[in-house]
Amino acid sequence: MSDLISGVLAGNRRAIARMLTQVENQPAGVDGLLTALFPHTGHAWVIGVTGAPGTGKSTLVNALTKAYRERGQQVGIIAVDPTSPFTGGAILGDRIRMRDLSGDDGVFIRSMATRGNLGGLARATRDAVRVLDAGGFQIVIVETVGAGQNEIDIVRAAHTTLVVDAPGMGDDVQAIKAGILEIADVLVVNKADRPGATQTVRALKTMLDLGHPARLSTSVGHHGRMLPVASVPAPNGSDFWLPPILSTVASDGTGIDALIEAISDHRDHLEHAGRLAQMEQAQFAIEIQERLRDHLMQRVLQQVPSDAISSLIEQVQARHLDPQRAVESILEQVGFAG
Amino acid sequence: MTTHTTSIRVLIAKPGLDGHDRGAKVIARALRDAGMEVIYTGLRQTPEMIAEAALQEDVDVVGLSILSGAHMALVPRIREVMDAHDLQDIPLILGGIIPDEDKVKLAAIGVHGIFGPGTHTEDIASYIRALVTAKTTAANARTDSSGGA
Repeated sequence: MSDLISGVLAGNRRAIARMLTQVENQPAGVDGLLTALFPHTGHAWVIGVTGAPGTGKSTLVNALTKAYRERGQQVGIIAVDPTSPFTGGAILGDRIRMRDLSGDDGVFIRSMATRGNLGGLARATRDAVRVLDAGGFQIVIVETVGAGQNEIDIVRAAHTTLVVDAPGMGDDVQAIKAGILEIADVLVVNKADRPGATQTVRALKTMLDLGHPARLSTSVGHHGRMLPVASVPAPNGSDFWLPPILSTVASDGTGIDALIEAISDHRDHLEHAGRLAQMEQAQFAIEIQERLRDHLMQRVLQQVPSDAISSLIEQVQARHLDPQRAVESILEQVGFAG
Repeated sequence: MTTHTTSIRVLIAKPGLDGHDRGAKVIARALRDAGMEVIYTGLRQTPEMIAEAALQEDVDVVGLSILSGAHMALVPRIREVMDAHDLQDIPLILGGIIPDEDKVKLAAIGVHGIFGPGTHTEDIASYIRALVTAKTTAANARTDSSGGA
């Protein structure tokens, strides 16, 4: 076993940091390292935290981590920030809000840039979670800006996903777009001491009542609108998980204990009746599919000379060929076509 | 198609008690625009916090901005704490108004990159690139020689 792997498994912080760099840079040989780590993973509870910029995600992660530390849990944090599409650089500033956590050996914070690559980020994040998991952190928190498919892919790799909103973020319906709401296991209205918090909670509740799959089953159609049925008991504890809406003030710790409790309830829910196993099965299915797709694409593109592809692009642009035929032509060249 | 690229990672930290972080922020932006990943930690960092962040973030270089005049107290201490964390291979660079006689003393503990007012940000970026290239070359040479032994 390599020194790096034994270092990670022993919880050596420098080894963990270096392994995370490998995961980000994906040099040749990193797959072997990940293969060696994989049997030692699967112990951490992974919490995804997403939401619009300015909702206080980093401060919330800071408060959550302090609370988990008080409960004796070791916490690894991956804070993802966007890479500038123009320069390839990034400013990663999440540590500014997490300074309370410094000097604690039970916490490990790593900032990651998206590096502007579709798909690749979800993979790097999953692998980074595994490094922290194998390094002995019982809780791993992944924080991302909730602004697109990339982020949704990331939180899909989590066990419990928190979607964070705050009052005064403008149109709430806009802030929590379709897609983001559906992935929420717990909705957090942070900065709840600010004016408008009640309205934000109400707006989220309305959206949940209207749109969430778990809520839909408790609603009936009435003149084309879905109305909640008051007599149906709350389905938590049954097959459905209703995302609770919690108010917090992360900067002073208000509501954090209740949030920890909600995460723990969600964990209990998943760990009941084989739901966790089902969820993991679905996550691995997606991951294997994604890796297969990336791998096949790389293999194909390696085999086709880049000027052949350029020429196909020109033909498509000249309307001599449609994009689908161009793909078929590439596949024929590598012997895939039947 | 490669989905990943290697980026130079730089920690920009403001140790000590002065609250003037404009310079640090300008540098952070300039290095981002030069294609680097900049981890910015905010004001009033202790040497221990800086060493911890450098370790966890596995950065290539640590840049310090000190405008309080306390550089002779802070920089050697930060170097010491970083070395104690086994981070000897991460170079320190420094921004601020540093008198010439102090530059000599700082060079003696391995701090050569010192940038005063009026420095072009491109010069800092190319200095960092050269540092990282030299470090990588040295590391590769070490691996080669140990592999041959």
